[in-house]
Amino acid sequence: MTSALGIILVGAVVAASCALVGSFLLLRRVTLMGDAISHAVLPGIVLAFLFSGSRAAGPMMLGAAALGLLTVFFVELFHRSGRLKEDASIGVVFPALFSLGVILITRYAGQVDLDLDCVLYGEIAYAPLDVFRLGGVALGPRALWSNGVILLFNALFVTVFYKELKLSTFDSELAAALGFAPLLIHYGLMTAVSVTVVGAFESVGAILVVAMLVVPPATAYLLTDRLAHLLALAMAFGVLSSVGGYGLARLFDVGIAGAMAAVTGLLFTLALLFSPQHGLVARALRHRRLGNRLLGRIALLHLSGTEGGIEVAILRERFAWHGRQLRRALDELAGHGLVTLEGTTARLTAAGARAAEAAGAAEIGHPLARPPVGLPKPDSDQASAFGS
Amino acid sequence: MEMSFTVRNVLAGATLLGAVGGVLGGFAFLRRQSLLGDALAHATLPGVCLAFLLTGSKAPLVLFTGALIAGLIGALAILGVVRGSRIKEDAAIGTVLSVFFGFGIVLLSRVQRSPAGNQSGLDKFLFGQAATLVESDVALMALTGGLALGTVLLLYKEFKLVTFDRGFAASLGLPTIRLDVALTLLLVMVVVIGLQTVGVVLVVATLVTPAAAARQWTDSLGRMLLLSGLLGAGAGAVGAWVSASAPRVPTGPVIVLAGAAALLVSLFLAPRRGLLWSYWRERRLAARIRRENLLKDLYRYGERLGGDFAAPVPLIHLRGVRGQGLGELRGATARLARESLVERIGDALRLTGGGVERAASVVRKHRLWELYLTRRLALPLDHVHRDAETMEHALDDGAEARLDEILGYPPTDPHGQPIPRPGGRA
Amino acid sequence: MSEPREETAIEVHDLTVAYRTQPVLWDVDLHLPAGHLIAVVGPNGAGKSTLLKAVLGLVKPVTGWVRIFGAPAQQRRSWVGYVPQRESVDWDFPTTAVDVVEMGLYGQLGWFRRPGRRHRERALECLEKVGIRDLADRQISQLSGGQQQRVFLARALAQDARLYLMDEPFAGVDATTEQAILQLLKELMSEGRTVVAVHHDLQTVREYFDHVVLLNLRLIAAGPVATTFTAENLQRTYGGRSTVLTQAAEELLGRGAFDRTSAGQVD
Repeated sequence: MTSALGIILVGAVVAASCALVGSFLLLRRVTLMGDAISHAVLPGIVLAFLFSGSRAAGPMMLGAAALGLLTVFFVELFHRSGRLKEDASIGVVFPALFSLGVILITRYAGQVDLDLDCVLYGEIAYAPLDVFRLGGVALGPRALWSNGVILLFNALFVTVFYKELKLSTFDSELAAALGFAPLLIHYGLMTAVSVTVVGAFESVGAILVVAMLVVPPATAYLLTDRLAHLLALAMAFGVLSSVGGYGLARLFDVGIAGAMAAVTGLLFTLALLFSPQHGLVARALRHRRLGNRLLGRIALLHLSGTEGGIEVAILRERFAWHGRQLRRALDELAGHGLVTLEGTTARLTAAGARAAEAAGAAEIGHPLARPPVGLPKPDSDQASAFGS
Repeated sequence: MEMSFTVRNVLAGATLLGAVGGVLGGFAFLRRQSLLGDALAHATLPGVCLAFLLTGSKAPLVLFTGALIAGLIGALAILGVVRGSRIKEDAAIGTVLSVFFGFGIVLLSRVQRSPAGNQSGLDKFLFGQAATLVESDVALMALTGGLALGTVLLLYKEFKLVTFDRGFAASLGLPTIRLDVALTLLLVMVVVIGLQTVGVVLVVATLVTPAAAARQWTDSLGRMLLLSGLLGAGAGAVGAWVSASAPRVPTGPVIVLAGAAALLVSLFLAPRRGLLWSYWRERRLAARIRRENLLKDLYRYGERLGGDFAAPVPLIHLRGVRGQGLGELRGATARLARESLVERIGDALRLTGGGVERAASVVRKHRLWELYLTRRLALPLDHVHRDAETMEHALDDGAEARLDEILGYPPTDPHGQPIPRPGGRA
Repeated sequence: MSEPREETAIEVHDLTVAYRTQPVLWDVDLHLPAGHLIAVVGPNGAGKSTLLKAVLGLVKPVTGWVRIFGAPAQQRRSWVGYVPQRESVDWDFPTTAVDVVEMGLYGQLGWFRRPGRRHRERALECLEKVGIRDLADRQISQLSGGQQQRVFLARALAQDARLYLMDEPFAGVDATTEQAILQLLKELMSEGRTVVAVHHDLQTVREYFDHVVLLNLRLIAAGPVATTFTAENLQRTYGGRSTVLTQAAEELLGRGAFDRTSAGQVD
């Protein structure tokens, strides 16, 4: 296997397993638990290292999972007892555990073959050098195997508990009422996050794990409203980021892991700007269009009481903050033949008068014509990711 | 003791950072922006690298400025993503944090390969090597920190109001958005001066941990901020001192752990909010409730025997009543026996004379409260029993007397059971 | 009511407010007379809170303007007291009851200046007026819902305003507090002050207020309770989908009513 392929594959597998669990973190609004766990597992890894004396995957996973669960436990303890808000609980727990890890590393530097820089931002370039051998046969990078197993584990977890994860994420009280033990699911998910983080640790480092956990799911969230699509898209963006990141790193001769994280950000920015439904551009256009229509209706209303039309300047005064848009709205009304603009005076046409009456009385003026309160408005964010 | 220049600088820097971080972190803590500091710290990396790449200088002021600008851009990006899209705040923070940092790492690798050579200067700026603090660094920290603290002192009243009640602040005509921006700017400044001492990852702890600890001790904002600053300074001093006196101990992590220790003590032992005390109170209350329930059960048993309250009740009958375990029953019995309220006769329990009176009082409260609920709140009969079960243990004698008065000294409860009169029996 | 010439506390003209592109208030024209207790009534999402905020100048209208005692809101800040919804703040904030009341004086203090002993005295007086002076040094999370509402009212009193805008002052308070608040409002009115309160309990509108504003996106009706708070206007406000009676039932269930034995009458 070439080194390039090895790096890309390791990156892709890490990205995919991160995206799987990260999507649920996103929907449960606890993405920063991912951030916290990715730092807090450090002492677990160091301790596993000290006790087992090797970089064997088993003890490390165990140590990391234990610390991951400990993190969740402390955060929940402080948060649920009402003494600290959730963000503060996270903000106090993980730096403390991380500090413990750093001190352990520095104190036992002789025994621990862990480099702090590597912990912080990883070095995926070396991943292909550490080859997994079975009976003397080279079977590709070790990191590929370990992360492959984790990916499989995550895929299994998400597939088997899909229904439970979905329900407890959407409505944990309902899940509890139906006997689905949301707390157990929560801890299960956090265990998966911890294990995933350890696997990714050596390859991409503590902080870039966060990029893989958070950003591809967030990007997908901007593009779809369905959970299954969200998972698939998030994995796709993760993989794309690792491929693109490798390419860019080679092109500009920069760090690979950092480049992968930067590409996740690039994809996110593109989705943020250009998502057809939730993108900033689409939104701005929609608001402008709807805004014009709204201003048009208000303009009609103001014109309807005036026999001989009204000076545009006077109208503009009433639209204090929207003087410029008013002009556009009036032009649009004129385009529809509802208003005539003669010099500086705007006047309703016969059709405009009818429209004004309709606008004032029926279309939005009458309470019955409004959508029932509580339903998502056309451009609101309340549509969940649970279309079906 | 002679103190070397290095140690003095580290001590001054760490203490200063702790104090300023504690105060500004206090506001972030109360505004539920504890993790904003984390994001801002990570977001500074590309700024530092770009400042170096553009100027070729490693002067603290240059890097400081770059970090400040990048941090502010990060804050704006979070705000923009949350305001403008469906992404929630936690994901926005995570995204900005990791993407900015990733981009920073890319730039850092660029710096490494640039002809200007080694990155060590940038390294210490980011991953916290307090030992490298020199006098001019400390001076810059003092200047920035002083500016931040001075602003808080000057605008204390305004910051307080906008943190507590934005709507009301706006109704008074305060420029709430500008005050938000000012607080965020101050936070970025603290984060930036924290980088060199504790590093990117741990800055958040110097902001949140002292504030979280201080909050447990006081209910006044002013005192909380003061205490938070003191705790932060103390943790900083401890960190500097420990790392100076023990070999191979990094300063930043010790500062953080010192703060965490203070927090743990505060969370568990602070006078009113301490978890230990509330755990203890709950345990005591639960035990008292078990005792009172036992008395009540014995009383009811006597009622069923036509008012023979002195009759021994087999333990086996008491176990089933509310599903309490044998151990709990035993504990309650032992305490009641010590108070001479019950007597143990073989496998049975019996109320003593004093026990009957105490039991009557519990039953009385229960039945009065049930009656109150049905009469005054018109709650359906089948709903009131459980409410009364919890209230009877909370009513004191004064409340009981008033309840009796309001209800006109009723003889029976809504189920038709007699309400025991004080001093006597039903 | 046929007083010959009443002073106008609030004049709202042509007011249209939209959040993004969704209109929340549509072409509202309103004159509210000074010296009355005025209820703002309407279904959820009818724009009641928005109306208060627009009067305060906290939201920018698309069209229209508001005048308070004949001048723009910005010039009348010191004449206006505001009581936000109780849920709008974090009651775990490290501060005491008297401290919150003192915040009502921040407007007079201006920038940079700190409140002193005189201000503390004034804050305590205001707590006295709402009957909880003995709780002055309590941390605010240790107050009951009713007591928290009283703290907010005391803060408004400290503002010594001519016009009070209150967002659901009766929401989630116990019966005693409800009576105490009502007493306070009547007192304010007797001193010639004006109170405009968003109110949810249709049953008590007649009893508590003398003027009413019925709102549902548009202004449905406004005027003295006796002539305005009619079944027909209510029907128009709440629409056919929710009759007055079911609405009242919802209110009762929703607010965890305490000690309400006699159902009020709405005809």
